[in-house]
Amino acid sequence: MTDAPLPTPRSSGWTHLVFVLRDNPVTLLAFTLFAFLIFCAVLGPSVVPYDPLETNASKSLQPPSWEHWFGTDQIGRDVFSRVIVATRLDLSISVAAVALSFVVGSVLGGIAGYWGGWLDAVLNRCLDTIMAFPLFVLAMGIVAALGNTIENIIYATAIINMPFYARLVRAEVNIRRDAGFARAAKLSGNSDLRVLACHIFPNALPPMMVQVSLNLGWAILNAAGLSFIGLGVRPPTPEWGIMVAEGANFIVSGEWWLAVFPGLWLMLAVFTFNLLGDGLRDIVDPRKRS
Amino acid sequence: MLAPYPRLRAVLLRCAQAIPVVIGVVVISFLLTRALPGDPAVYFAGIMADEASIEETRIAMGLDKPLPQQFLIYVGELLRGDLGMSLSSGRPVATDLANRLPASLELTLTALLLACAIAIPMGVMAATRSGTWIDHLCRVVVTAGVSLPTFFTGILLIFVFYYLLGIAPAPLGRLDFIYIEPDHVTGFYLIDAALMGDWETWRGAAKQLILPAGTLALFTLAPIARMTRAAMLTALSSDFIRTARAAGLSGRKVLYAYAFRNALLPVVTTLGMVFSFALGANVLVEKVFAWPGIGSYAVEALVVSDYAAVQGFVLAMALLFVLLNLVIDLLYTAIDPRIGFDAK
Repeated sequence: MTDAPLPTPRSSGWTHLVFVLRDNPVTLLAFTLFAFLIFCAVLGPSVVPYDPLETNASKSLQPPSWEHWFGTDQIGRDVFSRVIVATRLDLSISVAAVALSFVVGSVLGGIAGYWGGWLDAVLNRCLDTIMAFPLFVLAMGIVAALGNTIENIIYATAIINMPFYARLVRAEVNIRRDAGFARAAKLSGNSDLRVLACHIFPNALPPMMVQVSLNLGWAILNAAGLSFIGLGVRPPTPEWGIMVAEGANFIVSGEWWLAVFPGLWLMLAVFTFNLLGDGLRDIVDPRKRS
Repeated sequence: MLAPYPRLRAVLLRCAQAIPVVIGVVVISFLLTRALPGDPAVYFAGIMADEASIEETRIAMGLDKPLPQQFLIYVGELLRGDLGMSLSSGRPVATDLANRLPASLELTLTALLLACAIAIPMGVMAATRSGTWIDHLCRVVVTAGVSLPTFFTGILLIFVFYYLLGIAPAPLGRLDFIYIEPDHVTGFYLIDAALMGDWETWRGAAKQLILPAGTLALFTLAPIARMTRAAMLTALSSDFIRTARAAGLSGRKVLYAYAFRNALLPVVTTLGMVFSFALGANVLVEKVFAWPGIGSYAVEALVVSDYAAVQGFVLAMALLFVLLNLVIDLLYTAIDPRIGFDAK
């Protein structure tokens, strides 16, 4: 088996994508849900029927109805509007965190995988130490130490995700370090950095994309979990974790819609990214199809 | 010296490998205590402090010394079991954590046992009977399990079993106030009550435990079931199974003595990752069910910015995780039939 990147014509990739989507309706569903979430995040605030922060004391704690699809909360805010508007914040937090860990993990993993030696050993030790913490607990500790802000939630989520990317890139780069195409690129006068960045690293991208998609779901869960225990986002900002936390106080008295709808939405988002990850894996690497 | 005892050697080697990890954990938690926003001395001196008392706090905390020396002092304090004072409870953090740890352990361990007891048979059945309803159920549970936020599952369970059906007790801690706490022996209510022979209290404690443990188990079930299924499928399609079948061994013997024993190895390895998730999810579950463990202690401390308590908690959780991983790996050496003949 050669490791050289095969020149795939655009049209064949497209045919393959159509074939996979037709073959696997679940992946199609995942892409549709993903498009819907993006739509909510981009246009959500301008299409929701009510202002997510507008209170209305005369309409507090109303069950779902035609007027308020997801009911209203204890101070009369429309739960549906809040859930939709929260999409943007939740997605931004997780996308920012995953992007950050993608970049940092790629650079560290690439360096360690290409040059090896003591750099590699040091990096591995550091990653092992991060992984020696229960990751959510480490995120709590980081946010507590750096300060309770949204940026620090992003940094904490990025730090706990970073080892997965660094290890993946390190492994992918390491096995191709001495491959024929890499040597050829080096011999034709490219610098080490150029060979690493332009010739070897692109080969790691397909498995990375799968990892990104699976990780986004996990990052959303983490961010929502952190805000559920009162870190990061503050009320009255609409955010799924906080809304579930606030609604939890009402669940024992039967006002279920306060917590259930934001929770379901959160679940839908995570579910979408997990399905998308599985679907991408089928497209990228058909051998691993389960 | 230990060459005649390869198993013992493997065990000692594994224990020695935990030492650098523990050092790394201590270094990171030290860095976290020194990375407080702004100046830790200003924070610990309180809001009413003036220049002089801030300086006094700085010297009292040893913050005027160089960082390596501060680290040595920190390690020295750790070795004496001193994690600092909690601002909110006014007691040493180590005492608080020790008081609350049994509650968390009882919850987490029950959940993990429950998860293993359900997930491993389910994974085995899904692999041996692929395509049947149990395989589909397995797939649904696995997908739902990784998408469900633990805190949300907990709230749903409370709503269904407490509010709608009325069969679960109120989600308020470990024991309803009508029961008397069992004498403190292990701190595990189920064990302590059983030791006293007080089955009334035992039932009360079990009732309180079932929903939070179920929530946590549902979350940890998914990765275990998925791994068991995959490992069983790999084991069943390998050559030694074909040989065993060809040699005329009964289906049962092939399945349990050959395939399952080998499939168990990757499953045990996954358990380490599962523990990491379970300990993190533990915090959320404790908050939902007002469970008086170290997780809800940390959450309360976070709300009032009680940093010493939070950092003590992070360190305790990390050490617990290292310990659990060590136990898992030792278990691995015990069940791996190859170790003992050609141990590294």
